[in-house]
Amino acid sequence: MNLSNIPILSIITYIPLAGALALVFLVPKEKTGAIKAFATLVAAIDLVASLPLWWAFDRARDGYQFVEKASWIPSLGVNYHFGIDGISLVLILLTTIVGLIAVYCSYSAITERQKEYYILLLLLQTFMIGTFCCLDLFLFYVFWEVMLVPMYFLIGVWGGQRRLYAAIKFFLYTLAGSVLMLLGIIALYFYNTSGFLAYKGLGNAPSFSIEHLTAVAAGMPAELQVWLFFAFFFGFAIKVPMFPFHTWLPDAHTEAPTAGSVILAAILLKMGTYGFVRFSLPMFPEAVRNPRVVGTMVALALIGIVYGAMVTLVQKDMKRLIAYSSVSHLGFVMLGIFACNMAGVQGGVLQMINHGISTGALFLLVGVVYERRHTRMIAEYGGLAKQMPLYATYFLIVALSSMGLPLLNGFIGEFTILQGAFARNFWWAFCAATGIVLGAAYLLWLYQRIFFGEITNPANAKLPDLTVREQLTLAPLVLLALWIGLYPKPIFDVIRRPSEKIVQAVGGTALEPPALAMKAGAASPDAVAAAPASRP
Amino acid sequence: MRNLLWAIPLFPLIGFLINGLVYLLSHRTKGETHGHGGGYGTDAHTAATAPDTAHDTGHDPGHHEIPFKGLHTVVGVGSVVIACVLAFGAIFDIGLKAFSEGASHSITLWRWIPLAVNQAVGQIPGSAGEWFVDVTLRIDSLSALMLAFVTFVGSLIHLYSVGYMGHEEGFGRFFAYLNLFMFAMLVLVLGGNFLLLFVGWEGVGLCSYLLIGYYYEKNYAADAGKKAFVVNRIGDFGFILGIFGVFGLFGSLDFQKVFAAAAANPAAYTPYMTVICLLLFVGACGKSAQFPLYVWLPDAMAGPTPVSALIHAATMVTAGVYMIARCNVFFRLAPNAMIVVAIVGAFTALFAATIGVAQNDIKKVLAYSTVSQLGYMFLACGVGAFAEGMFHVTTHAFFKACLFLGAGSVIHAMGGEQDIRRMGGLAGKIPRTYRTFLIATLTISGVPFLAAFFSKDAIKAAVFHAEFQAVPWLPKLLYAVALFTAGLTAFYMFRLLTLTFWGHFRGTKEQEHHVHESPATMTIPLIVLAFLSIVSGYVGVPIIEHGDRIGEFLRPIRLPIAGMPERVHHAPLSIELGLMAAAVAVASIGIYLAWSWYSKGEGRTPARLAAEWPGVYRAVAHKYFVDEAYEKVFVRGLALDGGRFLWEVDATVVDLIPNGAAAVTRGASWMAAAFDQYVVDGLVNGVAYALQSLFQLFRRAQTGRVQNYALVMGGGLFCLVAVYLLFR
Repeated sequence: MNLSNIPILSIITYIPLAGALALVFLVPKEKTGAIKAFATLVAAIDLVASLPLWWAFDRARDGYQFVEKASWIPSLGVNYHFGIDGISLVLILLTTIVGLIAVYCSYSAITERQKEYYILLLLLQTFMIGTFCCLDLFLFYVFWEVMLVPMYFLIGVWGGQRRLYAAIKFFLYTLAGSVLMLLGIIALYFYNTSGFLAYKGLGNAPSFSIEHLTAVAAGMPAELQVWLFFAFFFGFAIKVPMFPFHTWLPDAHTEAPTAGSVILAAILLKMGTYGFVRFSLPMFPEAVRNPRVVGTMVALALIGIVYGAMVTLVQKDMKRLIAYSSVSHLGFVMLGIFACNMAGVQGGVLQMINHGISTGALFLLVGVVYERRHTRMIAEYGGLAKQMPLYATYFLIVALSSMGLPLLNGFIGEFTILQGAFARNFWWAFCAATGIVLGAAYLLWLYQRIFFGEITNPANAKLPDLTVREQLTLAPLVLLALWIGLYPKPIFDVIRRPSEKIVQAVGGTALEPPALAMKAGAASPDAVAAAPASRP
Repeated sequence: MRNLLWAIPLFPLIGFLINGLVYLLSHRTKGETHGHGGGYGTDAHTAATAPDTAHDTGHDPGHHEIPFKGLHTVVGVGSVVIACVLAFGAIFDIGLKAFSEGASHSITLWRWIPLAVNQAVGQIPGSAGEWFVDVTLRIDSLSALMLAFVTFVGSLIHLYSVGYMGHEEGFGRFFAYLNLFMFAMLVLVLGGNFLLLFVGWEGVGLCSYLLIGYYYEKNYAADAGKKAFVVNRIGDFGFILGIFGVFGLFGSLDFQKVFAAAAANPAAYTPYMTVICLLLFVGACGKSAQFPLYVWLPDAMAGPTPVSALIHAATMVTAGVYMIARCNVFFRLAPNAMIVVAIVGAFTALFAATIGVAQNDIKKVLAYSTVSQLGYMFLACGVGAFAEGMFHVTTHAFFKACLFLGAGSVIHAMGGEQDIRRMGGLAGKIPRTYRTFLIATLTISGVPFLAAFFSKDAIKAAVFHAEFQAVPWLPKLLYAVALFTAGLTAFYMFRLLTLTFWGHFRGTKEQEHHVHESPATMTIPLIVLAFLSIVSGYVGVPIIEHGDRIGEFLRPIRLPIAGMPERVHHAPLSIELGLMAAAVAVASIGIYLAWSWYSKGEGRTPARLAAEWPGVYRAVAHKYFVDEAYEKVFVRGLALDGGRFLWEVDATVVDLIPNGAAAVTRGASWMAAAFDQYVVDGLVNGVAYALQSLFQLFRRAQTGRVQNYALVMGGGLFCLVAVYLLFR
């Protein structure tokens, strides 16, 4: 498949925008059926348009593919510059899949201001895809910031009771982080050209090219790298969210409508981890090599894992519970990324996808009973397994995938991340592995309280099981979870090259020797070649 | 046949898919409308395990039509029987003799997790090549042994379940789970590397969870399922870290490769082996219910009895022993870890046996007996007698499955009653169940020439002859513990037998009326298992030449380690016979005491002892309060209170970051507003006022009268001309 002659990335990015505009002008707001159908159609077209990327993407090639470039603001060196590598590719595909599901799952949940709702969903989709495509830092920042607006309205207009508090908190908190990142971007820009404060610039032509600035940043003095690392850090860490910047998440998740929670969990949180992978590691390798910086990052990740899981355990509100579990899961992703080795980074990237699948599906599942009962409180449920066997089955599979049961997706990610962490430091893996125990505990307890026991609340006695539409929203995610669990190689193949690049960027230096390994004369596994233990 | 290895787990998987889908679809349209517990054979089976539930034995035995029961039966049992046939086909295709000479056969299905790992300092990632984990199935003598009894006992128990679960609304669900369990167990046994072993390991854990919680509407069943899963996860926590250790050390997880590497170059790996082995052992403790992670197994009896027999006695719980036997090369390189294994095993054996003495629930007695027997197996592994441990695993699978199925038959006959104090005198009423139960009881008690006599004797002999360099006196102590435990075992098992089958009936009239022998689908498996409980010991007869066939069969697993001579033990015949005599004597004492106290004395002696030592009795009857302590310290204290505390911290302290920032911003805004209003505005307004006053003057000029303007203009013009003329 040859996609080199068409601006495929722009097409994928702007299909939802075009659809949103068409909705604005062409479809009257009373025709809710048409609005839903049209929005679904647009999201479906976008998904179909994005799928060829998977096959056309050259896994063996380094660098960015499907590149589009046009001058935008020449005086500042700003270009309209799109292009993707394997990491962006899987995230874009996740976005188009989840985007369609988010539209399709809203049919019965959203009854007011439907036209505006679907317009915002489609707009959000454009901005999210755009963020993953950008190769220009200026453009990236534009997409990154503008993404907040539709999400703000989705939470603030269609949310739960405390929606305004949650929306404003979400908006301002993430904005505050982004502003610091903007400072970092500006500093980087001036370092490239004329310099600032005591730092002499390189005198280059002005540029916002990510590739160029990455090379420039990696050559900066170490102390400046640390400063800029932390400037970017706040932008990303709040978005991830890392402990202790996570408190916006439970509020936002809890108050958002189902589709909002799904997108928030599946895609928006990945912006932060994506930022770390795309910018922080390759741009500031000296900072990442600094043991105190890595120590801080890993400590925050580990605290996030254990603390998040402990707090998850005692939640009474289903959505809040899943939100806190995200804090724990994203701690795993951060741990993998800051293990700075192949297993860690690949596992971290894979776990981004896995978390999108599993947690997205969990929010969908909560939405199912929320629509029926209009409560998120766990105590309101119980005994549903008898009344809703299909629902119970889907929920079980998704919960198992989230807790990392082998042959489902979560296991592959957790295993790879822990392997990477273990190779760096035994105690990192040790602390993180406690999260696996707690993960089983909170999910199984949640499951027990919703599904087991007898139906004591008469309101639950007549709940209808999943509708076909609800199953259609869940089934793709379950199939993806199974596919990744059974045969993750295709995904590893795609993310391998870019992960290698990232690890190379930070590697080659004093990464601490692995905990146990290699001192035993097994530095290269070929050392044991005397025995047939060498790899084939 | 050997190339059909992949098909062995596949058939149960297909069975699971068919049963599961058919069950879901048939229940989706109809819904489980009738309340559970209808029919005497249903939930009432386990009612008595919950102290808080009434003994609902008097149910109306209404028979519900179970949708697709025939299909579920054929698929559920058929898939496992096919797996069994394929398994034996593969075993005999390779040949027993070939196995004992070290033959193995593996097939790699697909590349599972490709990991480009940059382990070494400064090494360019990927340059060391790709490390990966494959989906590899492998059969060697150890797998073959496990495969044989797992599929065989599994088939029998599936057959038994047809009768036992025949009236259950969730018949299809039960068989779906049971098939899934067989799939996972077969993956565990056939997995050719640590990770595939772990897949099966977690898979059987999941099925255990689902089947313990089969009666999910009962809270105690749901609780027990969750407890089993979480406690197992604690074990898995250690196990997975151990796996990482192996991967970090060898760059591979393949059994053949890592064990060969360790055996060939022990000096390089020995320093890490103690840690790795202890981590692996934590995993084994979870799955095989060893102290301190044994607490889930007794609770697991909340599941239907065939589940207790299959999963929680014969197969899954022995996975820990299997894993340690599999890793024997590692353990032999870590003598300190071996000591830990031996001590934990011996302690668990004794500890659980003492609890078993005071339990009154027929299944609980058997559960503690299982924990105790598993302790025996670990003790064997701990002294390096891996083959003897596996020997006991095998015989245990038969006699314990027989005991559990027999117990199920008793419960079935009693309409759900599980309290042995309400039984008695059943021998004449359910003779087939009684006879098979009697045989299995004699076996586990160590009566000469039955299966467990040989396997337990092999373990005790190995313990007696063991040598621990660090603590030379330990083996003799462990031997004493093992011997004493054997006596206790004989005692509590005969106590169980006596109270259940002998004497007079102590239950209600209604129950007495209800008692009936089970159908053939249930008694045939009992008879087969009883037969195997008698004869299966003859594969490991000591003393005589080539009597220890099972030891020879498993010998290839025990790779010779470079520089470590194998200690071949040839104890004098007199010692061997003396050990046997001691074992027989201890068993006899146990049996005699149980008989004289509970049958002849009708329980007066134990009652008197309990009255004389109330503290001891209370402690034993309440299982030393371990569950209560765990609940209080770990569940309520550490996890829940800790979680609540952290949540409080989250809401108050951590949320201060945004909320505090918001408060500061609001305060600053207020100050800015005030500044704006009073200072900035004041300044602006002041200037404006000044200007305004100034312009007031000019306002006067704006009269709007044309003649005024003309006057001013004329005056102005005059002035300009005057200035021009004057300064020219």
